[in-house]
Amino acid sequence: MKGKFVTTECMEQAPLGRRSFLKCALASGAALVSGEFAPAAAIPAASGAQAQSDMQFTFEAKFYEKQPGRKIKCKLCPRECIVGDKERGYCGVRENRGGTYYTLVHSRVCAAHIDPIEKKPLFHYLPGTNAFSIATAGCNVNCKFCQNWDISQSRPEQIPAQYISPHQVAVLASQYKCPTIAFTYSEPVVFAEYLMDTADAGHEAGVRSIVVSNGYMQHDSLVQAYGKMDAVKIDLKAFSESYYAKVVTGQLKPVLDSLVTLCKMKKWTEIVYLVVPTLNDDDAGFRGLAQWIKANLGPDVPLHFTQFHPEYLLKNLPITPIPTLERAKAIADAEGLHYVYIGNVPGHPAQNTYCPECRKMLVERLGFTAGQMLIRKDSTCPFCRHFIPGIWHT
Amino acid sequence: MTDPRGSSRRNFLAQCLTGAVALGAGASLLTPAEQTAARSRVAVARDPLLRGKGSGVDPQRLKALLDRAMQAVFDSDHPTATPEDKTAAWRRFIHPGATVSLKVNTLGGRGISTSVALVETVCDQLQQAGVRSSSIVVWDRESEELERAGFQIAIGGDRVQCYGTDRVDYEDELSAWGSVGGRLSKILTRSSSVLINLPVLKDHDGAGVTIALKNMYGAIHNPNKYHPNGCNPYVADLNMLPEIRTRMRLTICDATTAMYEGGPGFKPEHSWLCNSLLVSQDAVALDYTGWQMIERKRAEMGLKTLEAEKRAPRYIATAADSEHRIGRCDPSRIAVVEV
Repeated sequence: MKGKFVTTECMEQAPLGRRSFLKCALASGAALVSGEFAPAAAIPAASGAQAQSDMQFTFEAKFYEKQPGRKIKCKLCPRECIVGDKERGYCGVRENRGGTYYTLVHSRVCAAHIDPIEKKPLFHYLPGTNAFSIATAGCNVNCKFCQNWDISQSRPEQIPAQYISPHQVAVLASQYKCPTIAFTYSEPVVFAEYLMDTADAGHEAGVRSIVVSNGYMQHDSLVQAYGKMDAVKIDLKAFSESYYAKVVTGQLKPVLDSLVTLCKMKKWTEIVYLVVPTLNDDDAGFRGLAQWIKANLGPDVPLHFTQFHPEYLLKNLPITPIPTLERAKAIADAEGLHYVYIGNVPGHPAQNTYCPECRKMLVERLGFTAGQMLIRKDSTCPFCRHFIPGIWHT
Repeated sequence: MTDPRGSSRRNFLAQCLTGAVALGAGASLLTPAEQTAARSRVAVARDPLLRGKGSGVDPQRLKALLDRAMQAVFDSDHPTATPEDKTAAWRRFIHPGATVSLKVNTLGGRGISTSVALVETVCDQLQQAGVRSSSIVVWDRESEELERAGFQIAIGGDRVQCYGTDRVDYEDELSAWGSVGGRLSKILTRSSSVLINLPVLKDHDGAGVTIALKNMYGAIHNPNKYHPNGCNPYVADLNMLPEIRTRMRLTICDATTAMYEGGPGFKPEHSWLCNSLLVSQDAVALDYTGWQMIERKRAEMGLKTLEAEKRAPRYIATAADSEHRIGRCDPSRIAVVEV
């Protein structure tokens, strides 16, 4: 299905859910839509305050250990927050109540859209289709460039949300002819239980699941939660531990470990690298990243260099110059990666997919719309029969 | 890097991210009197008989304790002090038309929260100093937390107001300084020209201690983001937000009950009846003084120092450094007045 989406900025990197829009849309019982397909009527209306206090969102968390003194140790992400009674972890959406750890965001959807899958971006996974995209509040890092900070850096009770059960999500995705459910916008790591249940419900209904994530997870939670995904997009914020420490408030190593694990699990994975002027735009970083991907994941993993737009705590920086993105791509190409894209720059030729063998264009993209898609059913180039990795057809 | 300004710009940005350079750096938060004074004054008022024969605090003795502390901080004590003299200290930083918010700490429930009796005493003093009752707001993050600590929610009418930020929400716009960015409580930004901080004195498993400076975590929507690294430099950066620093006038720490271990949640087995109030206009000096009280109690109980446990509250020194200058943490520049 080819949507006629007019948005010109990447949903994942651009103003998606401005608070006023969220409040307005959800208070009226409408879901958020960026495109022309609004699932509003299908989503049960709920008044914000009433829904917020409801225990229906509260489920025991899956990934934690009990500790003495009614404390718990969260095992979801590498932070391993030690959380005392009545306190929450770093993510702000998990709470210790009497020594039992709970997620407060199961089925607590604060954003719902129908997006072209190219917005995630996933370029080698069902191009031209739509993804029923949902998010809850919360995130386990605090990127200073976050475009969706108003939902990712908030506690669940601070933003309007609606109850949408896993089954309802699957029904809505089917109803709106979305072959995939996308867990995105904020950080799906923090709503892992909801993601897992929804993926199961989707698969029962014949709908696949994809996730857009920072990959900052523990090995076991990654395997269990993202094991249920059909495709994964990981935001690799930089190839530098100091950048992760200063700008992301996280660590690089666990993310790299996650990528290797996903590769071993044979999950379709694409990587996005947001190029932030002066902070992660040096040649050595680009080269190190490309070399690491080639050595550890292989040359066929798509890599997207995307353009930064000033937001949140980095309003003092300019938009990434296009020549910087082109320099990054040139370095990654030279290191031998086969599919290096430039993102958030509508109309740039590096948004298209080319055959690495015969160099002919195979998928043309205009904004978030996939134009012509020539890859054959057997995932080969129609011109030279070179194998083009990806999941190209439903 | 093709930008000819690249090197210096990169350095500048890196400094901004770590809070090394930021708006207002170098501005002192001390009062003019304190800036010229050799030392910041912290009153530690104690009353072993504060509770009489029962477990509850005697309101009259508490009021007397607060009076002594205020007079010690503002140097307004004299043997024949009249009630009017006793409000003189309050008039030093309060004017009759002020809207005053009292940021309490109610996370610990009835076990260890700012006591209702202390807040009532402060409200009485403010009204005697000319502040209208309806211009006083007692607040914390959640109304439910306030109620759990014994406060009665009061909204509207000619009375002292009391409610959580959940009733009015946080500002839509982000406030940022150094490493901290958060949406501030509208109670702070819209209902107070003067902020009085009323924290408690307790141990904190991550930050070391939580007293005055850290109590401001309750003023932003995303405090959970600022607990790594022992809350350093986040606590200091947070207290540099203009909306906080321009309103902050006084800290009255309720140490009637205090905790030396196991915080921030209430652990009766690690609490003690300290029967004290700490009062100062210098929140950093007060935090340093309170920290030392906790360390002395830990030593008395045979526990290691917070330094030995690798959770010394380093944010206190950060708040005093040349980039923040919120107050003083050098003991030679703090005058602890025991009354």
